[in-house]
Amino acid sequence: MRNKETKRRQKNALLAAPCSLWMIAFIIIPLLMIVYYGLTKREDGSITLENLKLIADPINRRALWLSLKLSIISTIVCVLLAYPLGLMLRGLKIKSNSFIVLVFMLPMWMNFLLRTLAWLNILENNGILNTILKILHLPTLHIINTPTAIILGMVYNFLPFMILPIYNTLEKIDENVINAARDLGANGKQTFFKIIFPLSIPGVISGITMVFVPSLTTFVISNILGGSKVLLIGNVIEQQFQKLNNWNSGSGLSLVLMVFILLSMAFVGKDENTGRGAATW
Amino acid sequence: MKRGIKFAAVIFILCFMAVGCGKADKDNVTGNLDEQQNTDNKKDSQTDDLEEKEQVVYVYNWGEYIDTEVIKLFEKETGIKVVYNEFEQNEDMYPIIKTGAVKYDVVCPSDYMIQKMIKEDMLAELNYDNIPNHSNIDEIYLKSAQEFDPDNKYSVPYCWGTVGILYNKTMVEEPVDSWGILFDEKYAGDILMIDSVRDAFMIALTYLGYDQNSTVEAQLEEAKELLKSQYNLVQAYVIDQVRDKMISEDAALGVIYSGEAIYTKRENENLEYVVPKEGSNVWIDGWVIPKNAENKENAEKWINFMCREDIALKNFEYITYSTPNKAARELIEDEDIKNSEVAFPSEEVLKRCNTFHYLGEEWDEIYMNKWNEAKTQ
Repeated sequence: MRNKETKRRQKNALLAAPCSLWMIAFIIIPLLMIVYYGLTKREDGSITLENLKLIADPINRRALWLSLKLSIISTIVCVLLAYPLGLMLRGLKIKSNSFIVLVFMLPMWMNFLLRTLAWLNILENNGILNTILKILHLPTLHIINTPTAIILGMVYNFLPFMILPIYNTLEKIDENVINAARDLGANGKQTFFKIIFPLSIPGVISGITMVFVPSLTTFVISNILGGSKVLLIGNVIEQQFQKLNNWNSGSGLSLVLMVFILLSMAFVGKDENTGRGAATW
Repeated sequence: MKRGIKFAAVIFILCFMAVGCGKADKDNVTGNLDEQQNTDNKKDSQTDDLEEKEQVVYVYNWGEYIDTEVIKLFEKETGIKVVYNEFEQNEDMYPIIKTGAVKYDVVCPSDYMIQKMIKEDMLAELNYDNIPNHSNIDEIYLKSAQEFDPDNKYSVPYCWGTVGILYNKTMVEEPVDSWGILFDEKYAGDILMIDSVRDAFMIALTYLGYDQNSTVEAQLEEAKELLKSQYNLVQAYVIDQVRDKMISEDAALGVIYSGEAIYTKRENENLEYVVPKEGSNVWIDGWVIPKNAENKENAEKWINFMCREDIALKNFEYITYSTPNKAARELIEDEDIKNSEVAFPSEEVLKRCNTFHYLGEEWDEIYMNKWNEAKTQ
């Protein structure tokens, strides 16, 4: 009996090996390196908090604030777009369902950079959008190189990460639960707020995580669609690593950013608990 | 329990192997992974069997900075195998050479980076007996190169160019001859500024009449204020994108490297390139051999090959960046290009241009902070 147990454990460990290897090599070790660089001085490697304090610099503080603002806005926009779509998909038949999901996934088969560059072509002063507007004798739009363009880029690039988890949780809600609610006299609104929405919260939360974190840390989108006129915290960190070759201050700023991500996760995670509670209740 | 420890040990070792592989691959930008591994294996066997060693040269160059045909020609003529990797900017290349992560035999950094590497004793002196084609390089450029490599001991110029203004003749009416036009409110929203710290400050400092390698706090502050006042006039801060945006007439004025200007003019004939009267930056990229190179003689053969007129011409035609090779220039058939002021500015223009100097990490940071301040309103 005991033998069997250890054998099972060994088998499990072996099965988990590729994944743990991956995690150690590409997540744990790099993370430890960031912590090490972030807390040491560039000159002599002695321990310091200087790198973390860089965030208090007015420019960096402003960049962080702007990043938070833009990523929160784009996350909200993503939820507002993805949730109704998830509900709609739930109501449809399976076949057309997977087709629509496919349509939303299609752009993801293309390279992320190419997609962003495509938006540049669309939004530019003489871009596709403005050319069409000119032909129609409508006033042209100047979105490119503004925070609006960056939000647009974030929403476009990360929307699929919101749709998939929301759609998955909505899809899995048992029809009987909803029927029971209706049976017990709940109207459509009540069913949604008391049954469907609470049950779908885990999906919404993983969606938020998957949109908020990359939005907060991106530097490519702001470089391309912001014309480098909008400085986000991701750009500041990239500069430290690439242009100044200062891994210590770059890592320090990354650590601060991680704290913000963890904070936001904790905040959202709290909701998750109440959500589950409501759902089981 | 014991097995558990063993297992952990195996994971640990594998993990380091994985990290090791990751490192080697990272530098292999061109993707000739198999080749690299082959030569790596061969390199190992070299130590065992010195008699049968295959000749190799490890080359590290800028992206899109050579006609790939040339690499094949070199291999064919010399029998030396080329392992060719690319970097995107000087700052990417530097740590790899510094740490010796990959031991390159010949590298092509820019002026100020060469200066930094000389200062840090990272480069080997060249043996010019092995580089006879060196005589093809025009004296003028060797002289310019002396600004960062005092006796031309460590580097041989490969490509060079200036920084200037590219403008659209149909969108700008007045003659463009000064950096001042980049700060003219008339062109608000039609200006593409260069998104490179040193180049941006070079423009502001030169316009204000200061040295582009200034380390005077007050001058830098003044330059920063000027750049800050430009923020609302600038359509975007770009480097590579300036090409496409100017060709598609998205902007009237842009800051560009002369090598790119030839290409854009070919695509849109309304475009004109000028080096402003206040002066500008002239940059030179040159071949150097790191001190830790293992195949120095092959590296010198490579440099010699690059200096050969027909090869330099081939490269020039492919990448359109100016060649310092006077013999190659003689061979250019297209008279327009041969006498082009853009590709080969007159001495009078070059006289007002200077190269960048390496100012030290501390100043790099000061420049960068001021640049960020200028770009934040």
